Amino acid sequence: MAGGGLSLHGGGAERFEAKSATRDPAPVKALVLGLGLGFFALFLLLPLVVVFAEALRKGLAAYLAALADPDALSAIRLTLIAAAISVPLNLIFGLAAAWAIAKYEFRGKALLTTLIDLPFSVSPVIAGLIYVLVFGTQGWFGPWLAAHDIKIVFAVPGIVLATLFVTVPFVARELIPLMEAQGTEEEEAATVLGASGWQTFRHVTLPNIKWGLLYGVILSNARAMGEFGAVSVVSGHIRGLTNTMPLHVEILYNEYQFAAAFAVASLLALLALVTLALKVAIEWRARRAAEESHR
Amino acid sequence: MAGASTRRVLPGFSMTLGFAIAYLSLIVLIPLSAVFLKTASLTLEQFLGHVTAPRALSAFRVTFGTALAAALVNVVFGLLLAYALVRYTFPGKTLVDALIDLPFALPTAVAGIALTAIYAKNGWLGQILEPMGVKVAFTPTGILVALIFIGLPFVVRTVQPILEDLDTEYEEAAASLGATRLETVRRVVLPALLPALTTGFTLAFARAVGEYGSVIFIAGNMPLVSEIAPLIIITKLEQYDYAGATAIAAVMLVASFALLLAINLAQGWTAKRRGRG
Repeated sequence: MAGGGLSLHGGGAERFEAKSATRDPAPVKALVLGLGLGFFALFLLLPLVVVFAEALRKGLAAYLAALADPDALSAIRLTLIAAAISVPLNLIFGLAAAWAIAKYEFRGKALLTTLIDLPFSVSPVIAGLIYVLVFGTQGWFGPWLAAHDIKIVFAVPGIVLATLFVTVPFVARELIPLMEAQGTEEEEAATVLGASGWQTFRHVTLPNIKWGLLYGVILSNARAMGEFGAVSVVSGHIRGLTNTMPLHVEILYNEYQFAAAFAVASLLALLALVTLALKVAIEWRARRAAEESHR
Repeated sequence: MAGASTRRVLPGFSMTLGFAIAYLSLIVLIPLSAVFLKTASLTLEQFLGHVTAPRALSAFRVTFGTALAAALVNVVFGLLLAYALVRYTFPGKTLVDALIDLPFALPTAVAGIALTAIYAKNGWLGQILEPMGVKVAFTPTGILVALIFIGLPFVVRTVQPILEDLDTEYEEAAASLGATRLETVRRVVLPALLPALTTGFTLAFARAVGEYGSVIFIAGNMPLVSEIAPLIIITKLEQYDYAGATAIAAVMLVASFALLLAINLAQGWTAKRRGRG
């Protein structure tokens, strides 16, 4: 549901304002812009500004101290681990699913495509709950896991599983429409000329989908590092052990350590800004690549 | 179908499809089925007891009510923003366009504490609003604010490409036939955007129904007043009431499936309109 796909838009507003038939009267334009941008400033811009302002409220030294705190560092480490495992796995899944769905016809294709989107429709809290039901002490494998002294829920594996669940769709849903639009002719030609499946993928498919792939990866990375609800359910909130960055933000906030909470939050906000900047850059490159191939 | 298999030239079909189905089953489908299997182990009375308890009913009402209101607000302002971004030039437009996606990229917990810092009693706006008698944080209004934040990009990003593709010929024809600009927008532009607006509305609503992170900080979480359904699940889990948590989750999941179906229908409608356009 998130992300929306690589839309190749931009520019063109001038042509509407140049023609009298599609030009709005000046007061209408002022009203639409005033309401729209006012809403934008209130609901999107202000929260972003608040994060950095509150983080630096007690000065740069307190800000840096909050980030250098051992619990903060261990939360940062766990967040990086969870993303480093879940992003590559979902990248492989996304490539496999998109290849099967976009390049072949088979029964149940529409159902499979819908099921891939399922994690976007499920509440993150339920995404955490299901792993408690499967791996928790009262769960399906609870007694067996306890007998073998394996901890999944309230431990790092549970956090990784919950992160995997919420980021399953990102790469697949970017690639499926892109690969469908490209068809199969180029790949078929390569195969007929004797290329192996892997060679065909690397030299024919991959160059065509690289920007969409990268886009899916940065979106799933942002979600993996920022996930809160699902991870909260399976984490058990053990300081220094099973706290990710968003969970650490919550703990600090609930302890009224607001400046420290916002300091850690500002790192996550920076991650969001980098993600958005990369998104703009990727869209720009994809648009340029599309224009060049049209020429 | 049978013919297609003999014409398959490209290798890797069974391997990629098999892997995708196995992976999806292991990570998503089998764990999700646990909710329904666990719920099926309850008697009907036990199930109804959990989901019709006053606290649960109130939570459903708050969750679905605020999600609906937030999605409606987003339809109006999302449309305005999409229209401004497609049809107007203004300073800072590139930045505004890029930041529309902020709620997709910003972790929900960060949004939650930022919104609370804005609307709490001595917060950035709270200190102005509360003396005027407007309480936002720690009330259902606070939940609404958080859900508006997370839902906005869904509407803007579904309407924007459709508005860009909209052929201006119809608007020009309407104008040359004597329609005022307002009539043209109401009778030509809005009907063309209706499928996209419906899709955006449903996406924003579905996301808002399940939202947790951005809401719990600002909601105040008062039972029967500002407690959302996902929080009931968490509370019950913390009390080791797995059956109760699962019963609530089953209701939420059924709602999610219904919404997913609605989203697919709305997207099909949008695609059809777009293809015909």
